[in-house]
Amino acid sequence: MSQTAKTSAPHVRVMRSQLGRVRGMGAAKSGTATWWAERLTSVALVPLTLWFVVSALRLTGLPRPAVAHWAGNPVNGALLVALVLVTFRHLQLGLQAVIEDYIHAERTRTVCILALRGAVGLIGLIGLLAALKLAFSR
Amino acid sequence: MTDIREASMIGRASDGRLVQRPLSPHLQIYRPQISSALSIFHRITGVALSVGALLLVCWLIAAATGDSAYNGLSGFLRSWFGVLLLFGWTVALWYHFCAGLRHLAWDAGYGFDLPTMHMTGKAVLAATAILTVLTWIAVILVW
Repeated sequence: MSQTAKTSAPHVRVMRSQLGRVRGMGAAKSGTATWWAERLTSVALVPLTLWFVVSALRLTGLPRPAVAHWAGNPVNGALLVALVLVTFRHLQLGLQAVIEDYIHAERTRTVCILALRGAVGLIGLIGLLAALKLAFSR
Repeated sequence: MTDIREASMIGRASDGRLVQRPLSPHLQIYRPQISSALSIFHRITGVALSVGALLLVCWLIAAATGDSAYNGLSGFLRSWFGVLLLFGWTVALWYHFCAGLRHLAWDAGYGFDLPTMHMTGKAVLAATAILTVLTWIAVILVW
């Protein structure tokens, strides 16, 4: 083999196995739990979204007591709480995937994920509490 | 080879030969296609809807707080900026909804061949337009 062919051919000068070189370099560092949670929340959001859009259209233009009366129905109240919980779990998973894809520096990425989970958790809890308060306010 | 990550770009072919793994072209020189465009739209609308979820929480807070808060939010949503916000919200919602159903079909193993994928991609765009128009016709009817 000539010298030029030798230098241009791919070569490895790292004394680590192929598995050792790639292990731990994935984006998420987790198994199928996240993937499954994404699908579970997506499927749940299909009927919840349709129900919410129809409900929002029916509540358009109505005063607050009518909205409270609507949310006071146990079925509507439960669906509203489910909508808030599933929506915030779903958007947390989605936004975390975006952060994992675009922020490469490990420290910044970890800080962003922690901040995201804190913010989403807190805002989701506020939404949950408001939905419950509304449902019990009739 | 100084960076350990470069080593992971070297693999072995089935005959044991060392080969340089192919690298996907950068976005700047990648020809835009309906598949890649719809994929990034799904992500963009997802991020937009995450911000839009704040509107849902604001609505719940206002409804749980009292009449004046609720009337204030209703007034804002009836302003031109509020309507614009809600219109963008419905477009993003229906797009993410339809494209999400397409993703779930893929997860179940359907629609991977190119003609079907292009057809369902166009169907997602058409369904988004139809559902958005239908939603706003309903809005105008109940206004």
